[in-house]
Amino acid sequence: MIKECYLGIDVGSISTKGVIIDKNNKIIHSSYLWTEGNPMEAVKRVINNLENDLECTNIAIMGVGVTGSARRLIGSMVGANMVKNEITAHAVGTLSIFPDVKTIIEIGGQDSKIIILEDGIVNDYAMNTLCAAGTGAFLTSQGKRLGIPIEKFGEIALNSSQPVGIAARCTVFAESDLVHKMQAGYKREDIIAGLCDAVVNNYLNNVARGKKIKPPIVFQGGVSKNKGVIKSFERALNEKIYVDKQGHLMGALGIAILSKNNSLGKLFSFKITTEHFETKGHTCPRCPNHCELISIYKNNMLIDKWGNRCDRGLE
Amino acid sequence: MNKKIIAFPHLANYHVPIEYLLKHLIDCEVMKVPPITKRTIDLGSKYSPEFVCMPFKYNLGNFIEALELGANVLMQAGGGCRYGYYAEVQKQILEDLGYNFEFYALVESDKIAIMTIYKVLKSLNPKLKMFKYLYYLAITFKMIHYMDKIDVYIRKNIGFEVISNSFDNLLKEMLKEFSKTKGFFHLAKIYRKYFRLFRKIEINKPKKVLKIGIIGELYDIMEPFSNHNLEKMLAKMNVEINRYTNVTYLVITKRFKIKKMLKTCGKYCKYPIGADGMDNVANAITLALEGYDGLIHIKPFGCTPEIGAMHILNKVSEDYKIPILYFTFDAQTSIEGIRTRLEAFYDMIKMRRSK
Repeated sequence: MIKECYLGIDVGSISTKGVIIDKNNKIIHSSYLWTEGNPMEAVKRVINNLENDLECTNIAIMGVGVTGSARRLIGSMVGANMVKNEITAHAVGTLSIFPDVKTIIEIGGQDSKIIILEDGIVNDYAMNTLCAAGTGAFLTSQGKRLGIPIEKFGEIALNSSQPVGIAARCTVFAESDLVHKMQAGYKREDIIAGLCDAVVNNYLNNVARGKKIKPPIVFQGGVSKNKGVIKSFERALNEKIYVDKQGHLMGALGIAILSKNNSLGKLFSFKITTEHFETKGHTCPRCPNHCELISIYKNNMLIDKWGNRCDRGLE
Repeated sequence: MNKKIIAFPHLANYHVPIEYLLKHLIDCEVMKVPPITKRTIDLGSKYSPEFVCMPFKYNLGNFIEALELGANVLMQAGGGCRYGYYAEVQKQILEDLGYNFEFYALVESDKIAIMTIYKVLKSLNPKLKMFKYLYYLAITFKMIHYMDKIDVYIRKNIGFEVISNSFDNLLKEMLKEFSKTKGFFHLAKIYRKYFRLFRKIEINKPKKVLKIGIIGELYDIMEPFSNHNLEKMLAKMNVEINRYTNVTYLVITKRFKIKKMLKTCGKYCKYPIGADGMDNVANAITLALEGYDGLIHIKPFGCTPEIGAMHILNKVSEDYKIPILYFTFDAQTSIEGIRTRLEAFYDMIKMRRSK
């Protein structure tokens, strides 16, 4: 018998995530890889990975959902039946695993958000809009400066007994503070633990400002893989922080569930990986607004176009 | 001297009544200032102090574009916050840039006063009679009043139009006729005609719809370019929109409503906090009591009265259980972040409604 499944894709700035779920919202297969600045290629690779995993099982993908910052582009590329923002997708995904979650902390590569839930519905949310100091990109760049791969960051931070204080207000200040602490001869693990604290403080002071953080708290996004940051959060909030093994896939899981719930299903074929997609950008010369128009071509056929802000329509 | 060409900054569609007023009172040309585009805001930001609020940059951009096209008389209004200083500072900046022009500020202290405007117009047209001035001023106010009334209907229903752009196209037609008004009766006739036409536009509106109220700083919520057509984006999500701030309110009804609004605010805000800060708290409470699903608060970066109001609004949001989404705009024109947060807000209030 053919099993009905749904595909969820979350295209972030740093990483691209794909999951295939069954009818009971269980993840059957997942793939996680770097976007590397090329979301279309990344999605093809994710779909390829998933296809290879599936080879022997007999399933049909009944619908595709796309979320993340490249959702519109990828949505028209794969012919998604559900294209939604990350906040809703993360909330839905997390609720399917932690039904009574009250606070979702999400720190990704380029942005961070907080989602406050009450009785299983989103009650309030915020996204960072100002600065990348409280995100994964900041940790990665500082890791490079210290010569430590980001994967080992957490382990090293846990060894510290006395994290040093690092200014958390702004990336630039944090960086000069860090250099100073390095030159002053502080231990490396203390500096790294200090960086984790800085990310947490920045998060609590910027994104979560004015929000009531109530337990149970779930922490997700790429940075949730970092044990040092988890510990810093526990210290700062005095609460247990739940981190799911699949925390980085929550957005993809959520959008797959939303795609499943959308009655307009659309059979998806893996052939997409062999098709040729191309985007062309050009600036509309008709008025001083200079709208940047993007067109997507599938095998040299125009399939979608957007970017103008007037009623003139797209030609 | 050459013929005088008057220009004033844009604010949504209000150039129609103001142009009408000036045309009838002064013997000179009123320029159609080019519509706000990215160039306007680029020019404005380039010559503005960096941390000035955003409407200043838009207005300055409008002035520069108008001067480039040959305007030589500029007019600027003012209000009860930094807006009150716009005229002086902009005049100085434009003079430093080397333009030749006359500049008139229509404000003294912080109120738009009828006598001040009269004096300014009189100096431009010495033959102007008080009676004539009052007559056309009254027509202009009536026109603004009618426009705002139609706008309320549009905001409530545009999200449900069957044929896209039918509301916008009719509005354009109406404004065109308004600009050719011959007198009070004619104006009322045009209004009644379009009142009927707007109600004839086919809409597909379910009984229970999501309702969002918009509050915030006056320029940012009234000028669609400055808020990235936020109201249109919302309308496309099939939402009914309401906002109390419009020119009728700011110029006429506000002064009679302050006491009542303070009463509505109760313990949340006990005295006016500058510009429309207190008004927005009162409006938020009113909208919450009317059963609106959510509020959107918009302000330009660094708007002091609204920053004051935001902290009070947080409390209102908590006590009245109404979610509020805050937007801060500056000269940037990227739209993706706004769309994401708006979508999430819509999903959120929809989920709340279904509970």
